[in-house]
Amino acid sequence: MLAYLIRRTLYAIPILIGVNLLTFLLFFVVNTPDDIARMQLGVKRVTPEAIANWKRERGYDLPTFYNAGAGGAGRLTETIFFQKSVNMFAFEFGASDDGRNIAREITGRMGPSLAIAIPTFVLGLFVAVCFSLLLAFFRNSALDVGGVVLCVMMMSISGLFYIIFGQWLVAKVWQLVPISGFAGGIDAARFLVLPVLIGVVAGLGSSARWYRTLFLEEIHRDYVRTARAKGVPEGAVMFRHVLKNAMIPILTGVVVAIPLLFMGSLLIESFFGIPGLGSYTIEAIQAQDFAVVRAMVFIGSLLYIVGLILTDLSYTLVDPRVRLQ
Amino acid sequence: MNLQPVILWTDAALFALLAAAVLAIAGLRRDPLQRANWRRVLLRPSAAVSLVLLLAYLVVGLADSIHFRRALPDGGDGQVHFASNVESLLDVALGGLRSAQETTYSAPLATHAFVKDNIEREGQLVGRDYPRLVHGGRHLGEPPQGQAGDVALRVGLGLAAGGAVCGLLWLAVRRRLSDEPRARRALLAGLASAGGLAVVVGVVAALAHGYHVFGTDKVGQDVLYLTLKSVRTALVIGVLTTLVTLPIAIALGISAGYHGGWVDDLIQYLYTVISSIPGVLLIAAAVLMMQVVIETHPEWFETAAERADARLLALCVILGMTSWTGLCRLLRGETLKLRELEYVQAARAFGVGSAAILRRHVLPNLMHIVLIALVMDFSSLVLAEAVLSYVGIGVDPNTISFGTMINAARMELARDPAVWWSLAAAFVLMFALVLSANLFADAVRDAFDPKAG
Repeated sequence: MLAYLIRRTLYAIPILIGVNLLTFLLFFVVNTPDDIARMQLGVKRVTPEAIANWKRERGYDLPTFYNAGAGGAGRLTETIFFQKSVNMFAFEFGASDDGRNIAREITGRMGPSLAIAIPTFVLGLFVAVCFSLLLAFFRNSALDVGGVVLCVMMMSISGLFYIIFGQWLVAKVWQLVPISGFAGGIDAARFLVLPVLIGVVAGLGSSARWYRTLFLEEIHRDYVRTARAKGVPEGAVMFRHVLKNAMIPILTGVVVAIPLLFMGSLLIESFFGIPGLGSYTIEAIQAQDFAVVRAMVFIGSLLYIVGLILTDLSYTLVDPRVRLQ
Repeated sequence: MNLQPVILWTDAALFALLAAAVLAIAGLRRDPLQRANWRRVLLRPSAAVSLVLLLAYLVVGLADSIHFRRALPDGGDGQVHFASNVESLLDVALGGLRSAQETTYSAPLATHAFVKDNIEREGQLVGRDYPRLVHGGRHLGEPPQGQAGDVALRVGLGLAAGGAVCGLLWLAVRRRLSDEPRARRALLAGLASAGGLAVVVGVVAALAHGYHVFGTDKVGQDVLYLTLKSVRTALVIGVLTTLVTLPIAIALGISAGYHGGWVDDLIQYLYTVISSIPGVLLIAAAVLMMQVVIETHPEWFETAAERADARLLALCVILGMTSWTGLCRLLRGETLKLRELEYVQAARAFGVGSAAILRRHVLPNLMHIVLIALVMDFSSLVLAEAVLSYVGIGVDPNTISFGTMINAARMELARDPAVWWSLAAAFVLMFALVLSANLFADAVRDAFDPKAG
C-alpha cells in the first residue's frame, strides 16, 4: 500500500512537469513577453522604453532558457524558464502582474472558498443521493418518469440562470439574505446560505440522474434478488444492500473532486462577491494577469492529481475486492 | 441588386460539415443495421420532437451563415463599391428587425421607452416622460391607439397562419401514417411539435412586424433579432468544436490502444497532462494567448466580421484541443478490447496490414462511441459558451451569442423595476436548444450503446 502510494506520487511528477512545460509554451513561446507587454500597455502608441520598463518590473527581461551573462548556476537560474516555471515546484509563485504576492493571496483566499465549496459539496451529494434513491425506489412509476424528466430539464438550464435568477428572487424580491458580500466568523453564514443553495440546485440534475442509473444497476443484481427471495422487506433491501453497494461508485466518483474544492467555484464566488480563489481566478483572467493564471493552472492540476491518487486509495478502502500492488 | 458573397471561415466549415452529414446519411441508409438503430432513435416521441426543434435551429443557423455585402449606391466613378458591414440571409429574412433600433430599453410589445427622458418639442423642453418608440407600434399613430385590439388581431392572424400550416402538414402525412402504433405515435409527436412551432413562429412573426416582441436591450437593439443571431454562434461552437475533437481523439485513441508499447505510454502521458489542468483554466490560458496574437496582428483582418469570425473559429479550435481527452480515453479502452477479438486476430494471422485492420475492423466498431460522444458534447458546449463569455474568454464581444447577451444583461435584474426580457429570451431559447439536444442525445445513446440495452 505504502509502496503503491509512493509510486503514484512519483508518477505524478512527470505529469506536473508536462503541465508546467505546456503552460510555459503557451505563455512564453506562442507570444513573447514583448507582445504581452504591448497588449497590456495598449497596442498603439507604446514606446520601446515603456515595454522594457514593464518587463523589468515584472522580471520578464531575462533570457528565456540560458543566461550567458550570469555566472555559475545563474546561467540556468537567471532565466524566465527557471524563475517563472521551475520555481512553481517550490510553491514560489512570485508577484502578480499588478505587484501583489500570489502565494499570500492564495492562502488568504482559500478560507472563503472552502467555506462555500465544502457545504455545497456535502449537501449536494446528500440531496442528490436522497433524490435518486427515491426515484430508484419508485422505479418505473409516474414519480420516477417525472423525476427523470425534471433532471434532464435541470441539466439543460444554464448555470448562469440559476445564479442570476436565484440571486434576484431570494435576495432582491424576498430580501431574505444580502445580495452579495462576505464576512468572517459566524456572520458568514448569512452570506453563504444562498450561494450554497444555488450550487446544490445547479448540480442536482446531472448527478441525481447518474446516481439513479447506478442504483438501478445495483437493483438488478443477484444478491438483491436473493435478499428479496428470502423475505427482506423492500425498504431494508434498498437501504441495507442497494444503497451500501451503490455508494461505492458514487463515493469513488466524487473523491477526485475533493481536492479541487480548494479552488472554489468560479461563477458563484464572482456573482456573490465572495473573496475566494474562484473570484480571484476570474478577476485575473479579466485583468489578463498572466502570472496569476499560470499559478492557478499549476495549483489546479496539482490538486487534480492528488484527487486521482485519493480515488485509487478510496477504491481499496470501500471495496475489499480491489487490491493495489 | 448587386451582391458580393462573403465566405467566412466558420461558414465554410459549417457547410462542409453539412455536406459531410448529408453524404453520411445517404451512406447509412444502405446499411440495414444502421437503419434499424436510427429507426429506434426516431421511434421515441421525445427524440422526434427534439429533432424537429433542432432542425428549426439548424435552419436559422444556416440562414445566418450565408453572408454577403451589399453594393453601395454608385459613387460616380463607375466602379462598384461594397458596404463594409456583412449581412446574412437571416438579416434579409427578418426584414427591418436589424435596423429597427430604439435608443434604449423598452418592454416587450411596448409603444413607449422603459425609462423617462427629457421630451423636447420644437426645441423647447416640455418635461420628463417616457419617450415614444421610433419603431415599436409606429403603425398605431400618435398617440398610439387601440394597441390591445391590434395585438389581439395579430395574435389571431398568427394563430390562423400557424394553424393553416398545421392543417397542411396533417393533410400531407395523413395517408402515410403507418399502422404500427409506435411509429404512429412518434410521427404524431413530431407533427405536433412542428405544428406548435409553426403557431409560435406565426404569432411572433405577425407581432414582430409592428412591435419589439421581446423588447429592446440597453442600446435599443431588438431582442428577438439578437436571440435569433445567437443561434448560429451556439451551433458553430457546438458543432465545429467536435469537428476539431474527433480527428485528434480518434487518431490518438486508436493508435494508443492498437499499438500499445511506447506509443500508448506517450499518448496516455499526453492526455493525462492535458486533462489534469482544470478545463476553464486551460481554456483561459489558451484564449488569452490567442487574444494577444489577434490584438498584435490587426493587419490580418479586413473587416470586423472577419476578425470576430477568426476569434470564434479559434475558440472552437481551443475548445476542441482541450476536450479530446475524454473521448480519446474511451476509444483507447475499446480498441484494447477489440484488438484481442478473434476476427481481428484472424485478420492479423492472414497478414492484413495494420492500417487495413484499423480501417475495416476496428474503426467501424468504434463509431457508436464517437457518435454518442458527438451528440452528448453538443449541449454541454452550448452551455459552456455562455459561461466562457461571462468569464471574458468566450466569443468576441461584438459577436452576438447567448453568452454575450446574458453577460450584457446580467445586471438588469438589479434595476428597479427589473429589465427581465433580454435575459428571459436568451435563457429560454438556449434552454430549448440544450433540452432538445439532450433528449436527442439520450435517444441516440440508448439506441446505439449495446450496454444501454
